[in-house]
Amino acid sequence: MALRWSSYPQPSQRARWAARSGGGIPGLLKAHFNVNEILSTVMMNQIAVQGMNFLLLGPIIDPVQLERASRIPQTARISSTFSLPRLVPTRLHLGTVIAILMAVAVYILLWRTTLGYRIRAVGLNPEASRYAGINVARHVALSMALSGALAGLAGVVQVFGVNFRMFTDGSATGFTGSAGFHGIVAALFGQLHPLGTIPAAFFFGGLLVGANRLQRAVQVPAALIVTLNGLVVVFVVSTELWRQQRARRRAAEIARENEDPASVDVSPLDELEATA
Amino acid sequence: MIESLLSAQVLLGILTSGIRLATPYLYAGIGETFGQRSGVLNLGVEGQMLVGAFAAFYAVQRTGNLVLGLLAAIVVGGLMGLAMAFVSVTLRAKQGISGIGFFLFGLGMSDLLFQTLLGTVQTVSGFRPVSIPLLSDIPVLGPIFFNQNLLVYTAYLLVPVADFVMNKTTLGLKIRAVGENPEAADSLGVSVARVRYITVTLGGVLSGIAGASLSIALLNVFQQNLTSGLGFIAVALVYFGGWRAWGLLAGALLFSMVNALQLWVQVLGIPIPSEFAVMMPYVLTIVALVIAVQRVRPPTALTKPFIREG
Repeated sequence: MALRWSSYPQPSQRARWAARSGGGIPGLLKAHFNVNEILSTVMMNQIAVQGMNFLLLGPIIDPVQLERASRIPQTARISSTFSLPRLVPTRLHLGTVIAILMAVAVYILLWRTTLGYRIRAVGLNPEASRYAGINVARHVALSMALSGALAGLAGVVQVFGVNFRMFTDGSATGFTGSAGFHGIVAALFGQLHPLGTIPAAFFFGGLLVGANRLQRAVQVPAALIVTLNGLVVVFVVSTELWRQQRARRRAAEIARENEDPASVDVSPLDELEATA
Repeated sequence: MIESLLSAQVLLGILTSGIRLATPYLYAGIGETFGQRSGVLNLGVEGQMLVGAFAAFYAVQRTGNLVLGLLAAIVVGGLMGLAMAFVSVTLRAKQGISGIGFFLFGLGMSDLLFQTLLGTVQTVSGFRPVSIPLLSDIPVLGPIFFNQNLLVYTAYLLVPVADFVMNKTTLGLKIRAVGENPEAADSLGVSVARVRYITVTLGGVLSGIAGASLSIALLNVFQQNLTSGLGFIAVALVYFGGWRAWGLLAGALLFSMVNALQLWVQVLGIPIPSEFAVMMPYVLTIVALVIAVQRVRPPTALTKPFIREG
């Protein structure tokens, strides 16, 4: 993977560094200053969007646009040698494969390595982790930085696989189509498990594509999907308690079933004794 | 260029618009303060503001009645708040993420209704500036403080009222008890759930009014994502204000003054790229969050659902 990336031109690396610091800064703030990560990332979003707008209107604008009066804020099209290969005749590009590989890689990292074990421990119980000698702040910051790097990779794939250039409509949602927020939904829907994210992401990707089709065909606004996604998040987190209770009840039942033979043997005796 | 920024006229302009711009932060922030003091982090403020803003705008656009617009925002915001209370208190859902869910819902819903009911960006005639007799005649200060619209005045009146309710009334005591030590409050017969339902619903109502203050008082338009992150900033200002109404007022004024300054920097053509000017308030908020979190301790039971033992 490292070799592949080094063959890509500078902009992608810059994007990745930017995204990594985008996740890294809130991570450091969370780890060392206990700043709520949701608030700091929302602020970072706005800052990143303004930085991107600045770059796209000036330093990295398409030279052709620079000469035109319209000055559309976008970069030049990247050379086709750098675009991700596609599975002709579909529009499926290598980015999809990278995404699935990444999900597997994250699974291995989180569930099959010591580092991953520590990250999960810190998330489940920071106090106990600290007591066990894990550097909580470092692991919080690290996991946020990794998360930022993966988000950056998502942006890279979007550029090299779909749009072949960077552009902006001035807002955070223009280029990505709110992929970031939908990603949160997909992660939740996949039960915060990297492998669960795979079907969830395809499901929501399908929903979004369907929404666009729907808008064009029968004029149902695509905003409907944003609304539904919001409801999905609310329902998923709302039913968590119920799901936990059910899991606990099932575990108790299994435990009871395992004890059953013994209890069957005992109870008639008990009855005998009681009647005696 | 820089000197022009320091001229009396520009400074007055910054003060006047700063005071006006703080309005939505005050409504939303005070509502959020009540919620957080009782132990519930409501991150759906932004979504509540958006649906409130739309409801108010649509009501005014159809009827021309400003009171009706305000009522629509109150009802819709209150319903959103009630839903948040149900999810976070009764269902004990994770508060940060369920708030994001309500934000997405509000963002999508307001856009959906906007596109189907209005279609294009329109304007309404909203609350007009009301000059307070005598006070508005004070030179210099008069036009800044006493020539604003009704929603601006009530926002500032809300600060001492909220402070009084929180610190001097039984309800305020219950709210603080429930946010600091719900077990103790519960053992003394205070219904943790009821107090939290009240604060979170109130937060929704105030967020709705915050949205209305944008769509029918300050901007008088509605468009997709009208609030653009304003609700999240209001939540950040609650942290900055140390969960106190007066602290929130200071934070809201600081933030909106910087925002007003940023607008004037652009108006005067000072050679800072406008993107960096727009960044300023957000950078400031992050810095403010870092400082604020070190200074005051958040309510102990914040984000923790209450589970009654036994």
